[in-house]
Amino acid sequence: MIADGPIPLRVHDIESLSPSLKRFSLTALHGGELPTAAPGAHIMLTLRGPDRVMKNAYSLVSPAACRDRYQIIVRHVAQSRGGSAFLHQGIRPGDVIEAAPPVNLFPLSQSARKHLLIGGGIGITPLLSYLPLLKARGARFELHQISSAEDVGVFERLLAPFAPGQEIRIHGGGRGAFDLAGILSRQPLGTHLYVCGPRPLMDAAASTAAALGWPPGKVHKESFGEAAGGLPFKAILARRGIEIDVGETQTLLEAIEATGIAAPCLCRGGACGECRLPVIEGEVEHRDDFLSAEEKAAQSAVMTCVSRARSARLVIDF
Amino acid sequence: MTLQFKPNETFRSDFAYGKSDADLLRFPFPFPEDAYMYSVNIEPHVRGGPTAAFAHVFDIDEHYVAECRERALVLAEDPKRCQVLPHMEMAEWDTLELIMESLAADYPDHFSLTKAGDLWTWVNRPLGIQQSFTFGEAHTLPYGPFEYITRQAQGDFTLQDQRDDNLYVDGGMVTTQADWSLEFNIGMTFHEWHGPVPLAHEKGVFDRALKYLLRLQYGRPVRRLNWTITINPRLDTSPENYPVWGPDRTTVTSENVGEKVHLRVELQTLFRLPRSNAILFGIRCYLASVADLARVPKWRRRLHRVLRDLHPEIQAYKGLPRYRQMVLDHLAPFDDGAPTSPGIQSDLDAL
Repeated sequence: MIADGPIPLRVHDIESLSPSLKRFSLTALHGGELPTAAPGAHIMLTLRGPDRVMKNAYSLVSPAACRDRYQIIVRHVAQSRGGSAFLHQGIRPGDVIEAAPPVNLFPLSQSARKHLLIGGGIGITPLLSYLPLLKARGARFELHQISSAEDVGVFERLLAPFAPGQEIRIHGGGRGAFDLAGILSRQPLGTHLYVCGPRPLMDAAASTAAALGWPPGKVHKESFGEAAGGLPFKAILARRGIEIDVGETQTLLEAIEATGIAAPCLCRGGACGECRLPVIEGEVEHRDDFLSAEEKAAQSAVMTCVSRARSARLVIDF
Repeated sequence: MTLQFKPNETFRSDFAYGKSDADLLRFPFPFPEDAYMYSVNIEPHVRGGPTAAFAHVFDIDEHYVAECRERALVLAEDPKRCQVLPHMEMAEWDTLELIMESLAADYPDHFSLTKAGDLWTWVNRPLGIQQSFTFGEAHTLPYGPFEYITRQAQGDFTLQDQRDDNLYVDGGMVTTQADWSLEFNIGMTFHEWHGPVPLAHEKGVFDRALKYLLRLQYGRPVRRLNWTITINPRLDTSPENYPVWGPDRTTVTSENVGEKVHLRVELQTLFRLPRSNAILFGIRCYLASVADLARVPKWRRRLHRVLRDLHPEIQAYKGLPRYRQMVLDHLAPFDDGAPTSPGIQSDLDAL
């Protein structure tokens, strides 16, 4: 599959699961099958609010076999002025939303002997996408969902289809009553841990696992990836005498290309070295794997496909 | 698009193989400039490129039917050319889905795929195959899903599992290879299976390539070209069969060099697979004789210059020393010293 840009989706159905949780079913606007979305995958939605455009990532809860719709569950955070408030209050069935093709940075291991799943609050969402596959494969797994008292009911309903005969537990006493070290210490060799939830829970799980001697490759924290963009800045192409605005979600290379100038590039991922341009003035935030540590410290070159300016202005010899 | 296949071509014994004019002009000539050195020459695999070979997700050409028959012959002699480790089962189905959906979408005259839930029906008209099966249930296919679909595809394929920040070659269909062995390499890490390549490790090429590939995203495949030289249009130059093809190198003479010596190009593609998070690595092999390449003015000038100035360690790694001088003597009269355009395109509309 070669992705041809964003996927337009129609909001097919919005289901209220609890006072703060809604499940959205999104179907392909122009019909046909959506790209296969694996367990653990997320989609980045472009939400066009009344005064600004937001890009928010949501884990898919629909199984990979489901090619006719993507499903997400969104919690409405009381103080939110961002995506969750917009989805809860500003979106109706029939509306159209754009999504980037699914990305999976939280995949299931193919060689685990057992899967230990720990969710905190709305962090249950990627775990819900794992369960149909784990059940279908007869894989050995254990799931612990940490919950506030008021959410126990909704999590029970979401997990009920998978619960018979399985080790699935909901811990309604919150994080304080949850024996993380006890659960991690009694797992058999070959177990993989997957944890999704608030940052402190994921960090605690990772550090507890490390202290108990778990190999790092067997501990997986949910991730939507590093931010691709950054603060906007001005790039000055000295030889051409042109000033370019590089936006928050744009790379320097894309900003140069948007002016119609063909800049050198090849891999577009910071590996090949083709897009290297000399820097005359300004500080570079290096994000590539090509320049050596010495070259990065010298601040004399920038790889335009991934790196940005740390300063407000970057003058390039191009 | 309807292709005219050449089902009677052979890649062994009598080597009944030839290129039509159109097939030569779509050849993915591997040298973008007049000199060659290893680099991370990876770019996004978008639809379209400098020749028609880049137009589709998986390229099918006039040699398709004959290449599939050659693959079946190799597998009949040596079934271990296709191996997949047990934990790669999801990656097998991912591969089948990707190849079937891509071929059906890109070549609707030749392939079709219809689905009724998990019940799929696959039609491959060039090979005369119609197969109904249940997606996810291997016993409904005559071979495992990876072997089933790669028997119907041109070029080799390997499956890489991603774990512990590395890529492990944990499966493959390898019958058209440039002297490497799946049986020997299966289970190896990225650096282990690239171990024999000279110069590139020291340049950090594999460190950077691995980091790049670990980040490879679903829906954003990438590609690169690799090359070597093969005597005769032989697809199976495997270590297992070295006694069969190794002696070919001694048969090159100044009279037959143009027809015997072939530039072998691999259009390599890498796809992140959705369910398994594995990477599918396609190694699509193209062969063109020196005589064929000499019909394209830009390519004959550039091939002469690249081979003339090639680093001695790369010459040795690619097995050139025994006959390189004969190739140079053959090409030198065609190289008038004129400049060549950047990039690999032929600069010709017709021959």
